Amino acid sequence: MSDQFVLETRGLVKEFKGFVAVDDVNLKVQSGHIHALIGPNGAGKTTVFNLLTKFLIPTRGKILFMGDDITSMKSAAIARKGVVRSFQISAVFPHMTALENIRVALQRFEGHSFHFWKSGNSLNALNERSMALLDQVGLTEFANTTTVELAYGRKRALELATTLAMEPKLLLLDEPTQGMGAEDVDRVVELVRKAAQGRTVLMVEHNLGVVSKLCDRITVLSQGSVLTEGDYEKVSNDPKVREVYMGKSSNSPSASAPENQEASE
Amino acid sequence: MSESAQHADIQKTMLAQQKSEHRKKQILNLVLLALLLVAPAVLYPVFLMKILCFALFAVAFNLLLGYTGLLSFGHAAFLASGAYTTGYLLSNYSGLTTEMGILAGTAVATLLGLGFAVVAIRRQGIYFAMITLALAQLMFFFFVQSEFTGGEDGLHGVPRGYLFGFIDLSDNMNMYYFVLAVFLASYLLVQRVVSSPFGQVLKAIKQNEPRAISLGYNVNQYKLLAFVMSSGLAGLAGSLKTVVFQLASLNDAHWHLSGEVILMTLIGGTGTLLGPVVGATFVVNLEYQLSQGPLGDWVDAILGAIFVLTVIAFRSGIIGEVQKFMRKNLS
Repeated sequence: MSDQFVLETRGLVKEFKGFVAVDDVNLKVQSGHIHALIGPNGAGKTTVFNLLTKFLIPTRGKILFMGDDITSMKSAAIARKGVVRSFQISAVFPHMTALENIRVALQRFEGHSFHFWKSGNSLNALNERSMALLDQVGLTEFANTTTVELAYGRKRALELATTLAMEPKLLLLDEPTQGMGAEDVDRVVELVRKAAQGRTVLMVEHNLGVVSKLCDRITVLSQGSVLTEGDYEKVSNDPKVREVYMGKSSNSPSASAPENQEASE
Repeated sequence: MSESAQHADIQKTMLAQQKSEHRKKQILNLVLLALLLVAPAVLYPVFLMKILCFALFAVAFNLLLGYTGLLSFGHAAFLASGAYTTGYLLSNYSGLTTEMGILAGTAVATLLGLGFAVVAIRRQGIYFAMITLALAQLMFFFFVQSEFTGGEDGLHGVPRGYLFGFIDLSDNMNMYYFVLAVFLASYLLVQRVVSSPFGQVLKAIKQNEPRAISLGYNVNQYKLLAFVMSSGLAGLAGSLKTVVFQLASLNDAHWHLSGEVILMTLIGGTGTLLGPVVGATFVVNLEYQLSQGPLGDWVDAILGAIFVLTVIAFRSGIIGEVQKFMRKNLS
């Protein structure tokens, strides 16, 4: 059972003062799946992500990764184990070039990151691999561009490439298409599909168009707890799901309207 | 096929850029070296040494603020612990050569830095600054109360002694070139550190700490090492200052000085190597000029005004502005 599920949470709870943000969430992410976590604003999706990567400490419950209990591990250690997350707001290093962004991720594997006496030129050994990763996300020609000058969609692509550089076993994507125009969204969908080959992905996504195209399984969160779970067919026809999304155009909440930032923390 | 050609092209551009950066750095280093070598022919060496000591202090501080993104408000404690240790040892143990006294001062400051870091490093932003300030105030109290520091009087008449046992440092020229050598070595060390793989991680932490964590870096360990290096170099600056002026006093430990080093770094330009050196030169010079004229009592007010002006209008400092100007007009 443990090999089948890459990630599992058991009775995950996060309480803030007088407010239960995540309430008894039991999540099972199957190996090789692209698993979506959806729900209206404030449902607790980002909080779940922060719990999984220990940017927040769970109040109760267990988190298992490949059968190992990782509940008490620290953020950086979890990342080293192969659970790598992206962020809602594009997380890049703005004053490095695109290539340097990737290199700083790759250099951790070299084991010389504490070597303060070593010449910076030693990092050039990682250039070729960095370029290959930039190719994957279509950023080859921007390798020497300072990241702060890249367009938003490209920053997100760079973030994804950096995440892939970590060779993650489980990829956690927090709204990869947030704030993007239709053109960029299509590109990111393709990127995620490519990135998901041979690994497992858990993603928070507002855009149901993206979810229907990509995801094998969907968990719907509402007010901190799991409302329902299943494939797109099942979830989109569930009257309970329609209910929580009410106020938006009923059965298929708009596919491309940009959503506000989630206010779950 | 064309893809690999493109790769080669891009990497060539990148390497060429690195090379030209490197060359620029070396030219700058040589100019700086040349200037400092001939400076005592024109200017009073003791004044120059004062500038160099404060420049080293600011360079050390900038390793934290400019390259790691940590604002320490307690760096005077390291300068003072280096200054007092060296002063005490050289005054009381005549068998010690000068460089031993300086090394001991640096070592004490490094250890103190480790202590500070262990307490403060988990905190961020203003909390980090406040904890370092509080610890530095504790140290100030300790220095006031202790006997080995001479309390309110401080340590006077610290002998400059003999470097390696045979170079007479009471000669100002000898002293100057020794201080210069130590300064340059430290400057080059910091230059090396910030461009090393370690420095790259520091930059990543400064630019986006949560992302650095999610890439698997234990950011606190990196910050800790940077902090300890910075405090060690600040202690070295203090030790040198004691030998140059033959005195160590409570002024070295006062929070005033912790503020002044922030000022120097900001005016010169954070996150640039030369910035703190230029900033320290500027501030030390200004203080000296003002103290000679009728505005002597206004030093603090004028420095304060300059600080405000820098923060509002010239965020990138003197060197930062020069770099911007050069980028705009020369490329």
